[in-house]
Order: sequence, then C-alpha cells, then structure tokens
Amino acid sequence: MTRSDRIFGLVIILVALAMIVGATGFQEPFFASGPVGPKVFPMTIAGLMIICGLSMLARPDAEPEWPGAAALGRIAAAVVVMVAYAYMLKPLGFLLPTAITAGVIAFLIRPDALRATVAGIGLSAGLYLIFKYALGLGLVPWRWPF
Amino acid sequence: MDTFANLALGFSVAVTPFTLFLAVVGCFLGTIIGALPGLGPANGVAILIPLAFSIGLDATQALALLTSVYYGAMYGGRISSILLNIPGDEPAVMTTLDGYPMAKSGRAGDALVLSGVASFVGSFLATIGLALMAPLLARIAYLFGPAEYFALYLLAFCTLGGLAGKNQAKSAVAALIGLGVAVIGIDPNNGTTLRYTFGNLHLNDGINFLVAIVGLFALAEVFFFIESHGKDSAVGVKLGKVTIPVRDIVKSGWTMLRASVIGFVAGVLPGAGASLGSFMSYMAEKSIARDGDTFGTGNPKGVAAPEAGNNAAAGGALVPMLTLGVPGSGTTAVLLALLMTLNITPGPLLFQDRPDVVWGLIATLFIANLVLLVMNVPMVRIFVYILAVPPWVLLPGVTLISFVGVYSLSGSYFDLLMMVAFGIGGYILRKLEIPLVPVILGILLGNHMENSLRKAMVLSDGDWTYLFASPISIILWVAAILGFIAPLFLRGRLKRPPLPESADGTVD
Repeated sequence: MTRSDRIFGLVIILVALAMIVGATGFQEPFFASGPVGPKVFPMTIAGLMIICGLSMLARPDAEPEWPGAAALGRIAAAVVVMVAYAYMLKPLGFLLPTAITAGVIAFLIRPDALRATVAGIGLSAGLYLIFKYALGLGLVPWRWPF
Repeated sequence: MDTFANLALGFSVAVTPFTLFLAVVGCFLGTIIGALPGLGPANGVAILIPLAFSIGLDATQALALLTSVYYGAMYGGRISSILLNIPGDEPAVMTTLDGYPMAKSGRAGDALVLSGVASFVGSFLATIGLALMAPLLARIAYLFGPAEYFALYLLAFCTLGGLAGKNQAKSAVAALIGLGVAVIGIDPNNGTTLRYTFGNLHLNDGINFLVAIVGLFALAEVFFFIESHGKDSAVGVKLGKVTIPVRDIVKSGWTMLRASVIGFVAGVLPGAGASLGSFMSYMAEKSIARDGDTFGTGNPKGVAAPEAGNNAAAGGALVPMLTLGVPGSGTTAVLLALLMTLNITPGPLLFQDRPDVVWGLIATLFIANLVLLVMNVPMVRIFVYILAVPPWVLLPGVTLISFVGVYSLSGSYFDLLMMVAFGIGGYILRKLEIPLVPVILGILLGNHMENSLRKAMVLSDGDWTYLFASPISIILWVAAILGFIAPLFLRGRLKRPPLPESADGTVD
C-alpha cells in the first residue's frame, strides 16, 4: 500500500490550484512596481508544486509507519492541551496553565500520575523562576479573569 | 595582514566580561543540547532565539551566545553516541560506529577525551579557515547582482534537497512549501497587495519565521516522542575513570587533520552540512587506514575522524551563511533567522559595514572552542549526569520554553496557534520523509528570492534571458541543475553503512 504519498501529492496539487486561483484575484496597485507583479512568483511556485505532486502520485515511496489509534489519541490530546495553553496563557497567567500543560505532556510520554504531577509543578515553578529572575522576562504569575 | 587587524578588532569586541559570560553559558547549554537525544543543534538554537531576542541582547551578544550554543552542540552530540549508542544529534551518527564499541570494551573515558580533542582540532582549524576564506568570498560576492542572487538561492535549494533527501520530488515539495509560506502577507515589493491573508489581520505581516522554525523543529520532535512513548532509552555504559589516552591522540593526529579539511569543505558547500562532513571523513579514513577493517569495532581513528569532520563542517557552514546569506545546513539556516531577527543582512556589505559583528563572531568562536575543550575533556562527567534527565521532564520543558519564547516575542496567542500548526505539519512531513530544512530555507529566503527576481526584471525591463546573462549566473544555474540531478545517479552507488535508529530527525 502506498496511499500516504498519493494522498499528500493530491493535497499539494489541490493547494497549488487554490494558490493559482487566489493569485488571479490579487489587487495590483495603480502604479506597477515593475514588469513582474505580485502574481508571477506565487504562480510559478504553484506550477512547480503541481509537477512535484504529480510525481508523488506517479512514484510514491513505501508507506510510512503511522501511529496506532492509541498513539494518535495521545498526540491529539497533546495538540488539544497546547491549543488550550495558547488561549489560556494570557487570561490565567503563567503558573497554572503551565503546570497543567507540562503535567499532561509528561503523562502522555510516561503515564505515571505521580511523576506527571511532579514534572508539572516542578517545571512550572522552575521555569518561572528562570524566566523571571535569570532572563528578566515580564511574566504575570497568575490572574483570575472571572 | 588584514586578517590580523580584523581579528584584533574582533577580540576587542568579544572580550568583555558579559560577552565572555554569554559564551560560557552558550557552550554549556550547547553541549547539553547536543548531548540530549531529542534536542539537536537546529532545534536547540531555534528555541533559544526568541528568548535571546526578548531579553534584549544586542547583536554581538546574541551572536556570541547562540554561536557558542551551535559549536557546543557539535561537541555534545558525541557524548550520547559514545555512552548510549544513541546519537545526540544527526551529525553524531557516525560517532556511534566506533565510539560505542570502544565504550563497551571499557574505554568510554578514552573515547570521550579523544573525541573531545578531535572536536577541538576540527572546529579550531575550521574557524581559522572561516577567518581566512570568508573575506575572500565576500569580495567575490560584490560581483553579485539580483540575477546572480536569484541563481544562488536556486542553487541552495537544489543542492540541499539533492543530497539530504531520498526522493527529489519530496525535497522540491519541501522547498516549495517554504516558499509558499513566505509569500503570505503584504507584498513587500509594492507594499499594498495582500497575498493569501484570507482577510485575517494577523497574517498581513506574513508568518514570523521564528514561529515556523520553533514549531517545525521543536514541537514536531515533542509529537514524535509522545508517539514513541519516550521509550526509556538503551542501557548506557558506565563511565569509569577519565584519563587522557595520549597514544591514541598522537596516533590519530593525521586522521584529525585530514578529517578537518574534508569536513570544512563539506561544510562550505551549500546544502551539505555537518552530517555529510562526518560521513565523508569517516569513509575516507576507513579507506586509507591500514587497519581499515577494524573500523566499526572500536578503532580510535573511527572516533576521531567523524568528530573532527562534523565540527569542521560546522565552521565551514558559516562561510556561505555570512558572506552570501545562504546557509549550508539546517542549523546555519536557524542562525540566519537569528541574524534576520537582529536586522542584520548577511553578505559582502556585512563585512564592510559591520566588521565588529563579523569579527566579533569569529573571535567568539575561537574563545568558545577553548571553553568547550575544557568543558568537554576534564569536565565531561557533568554532562554525563545531565544525560540522565528523563524524556518525561525534558520534552514538556522543551514545549514550555518554545511557547514562552514565541509568546515573549509578540504576546499574541495567534502566533502560539500558528506554532502548534507548524508542529503538526512538521510531524506529518517527517513521517512522509519530506525533509524540513528546505521548508525552513524557503520561509527564510522566499522574500529575498522573489525580490531578486523582480529587481532583475526591472533592470532588464522584463527580459527573462537576463537571468542567465552573466558568467556567474550561468555557473550557478549549471551547478544548481547538476546538484539536483546528480544524486539521482549517485544514490545507488553511495551506500551508507547501516546506522542505528536516530532519535533526532532534524538533519543538520
């Protein structure tokens, strides 16, 4: 089975076609900045992408070893935690979101609740001290938005 | 000699208490980064750039810190190669071949000291090479106009993809993805056209390359570790008493010198980098040594050659990066990102306008080398302890440092989300064996490449043949095409020896 490369090649071709369609809608200023406008470079890239995509469709490599359902679930959990961290870092301050994020990622790597708790609290506090006092970054330790 | 006057200037810039302190810190961090499997020079430097920037270091200081990290990582990579049979980073892969067998036979200390000395010889000679060669190349670079630069960028993409990847189409796709990302935002040429921003104001200034680099290198690595469950790695070899194996060092003296030359040349060539430097040095020594058949069973020369080679390549790779602004490897691409963040444009003008930066950097490299020799020979035991940091502490730590670094740059949650997206993308690309370094290079150089194309067209009034009009351009175009095509034929003939599973997928 060599599906992955083919799917990726197809995605590349579709993205490239979208890039070409998008480029035709670029608004050029009234005074052109030279003989080559803003469309040429992206369209060239898109054209080459189509060639590469076709090549991947025609000659795919062996199928990579994709993670099983469990590992995929762990990666998805990590992504969810990171996205939540991105949204929470400002409203909640540094310490609490950081401890939770570090703990969850530690748990995903080594499923051991005690170790994960230690890693979460330790990393959050330790990094706060380093960032705040050794590097002088202005981090807000905590905040309660409600 | 100009070089000496310049070096004197460099040392006068570099030898201040604070810069020296930064160099020592950088060497220490770098060795750790190199030694820990899962953190290579490229992602190690990448996660530190936003921090260096946000704590307000000036150009010389930031460069002193991060190039020390870069050199340090090249030293550190050998430690886990020798003790754990896991390369700490990609260029240290070849060191496992003889380093681990040597350690297993009870000579771990000897192997560490010998490889430390070899690293020193390699990077010291390469730094001299850099000081001598960079000004010459900078002078040639004066002859480059937009058409030549366009061809040069093309050459960088072609050779980088050509040698590093297994599949040309995939290397090309990688570069094109990077170039495509670089296009996003306001057209820098006319300052008004919005390209692929989808009405999102956050995208008007384009995607910050630091966000992309940290995501692609550091977060993708975290996902890999989560997938593999961070398997607590191989049983290490105990480090006994560390003595200096004088006989081995003397015996492999010529090996180190030859390997340094090979490594330096491999480093200077665009797209080759340290991995190729260590590979070529090892293979060359194996073929000329009288006891070549004992390579792979713990021959000291097999430890000295790749280490001298990869450290020399690390120095060599700085030559095209500083003089032409075209990095030869993943890590120098990250260093280029640093220069661009500091608003320093590498190239011949850098040597003319900011000699303090260039020569301060070179002087720092000399100092860093001495510091690293001390850290990596008498004090190597410290790093052996640090190697015991388990992945369930290390990887969350890497994640958080990445987030805080990027967050401190802009304070925007949007950049953090972009970084996670690049992390996922990097994970998928690596799974599909699409190399990440061309992606980074595309993001970094995309705007320059388009600008030089458009400037060339303004100069020639739209005549496309202008791109191949000068002898330099023609040479660069031919080299680019050869660089892209040649590996198709060479690949079957150049068989690499079987290598242990690398814990770190970022190619240097």
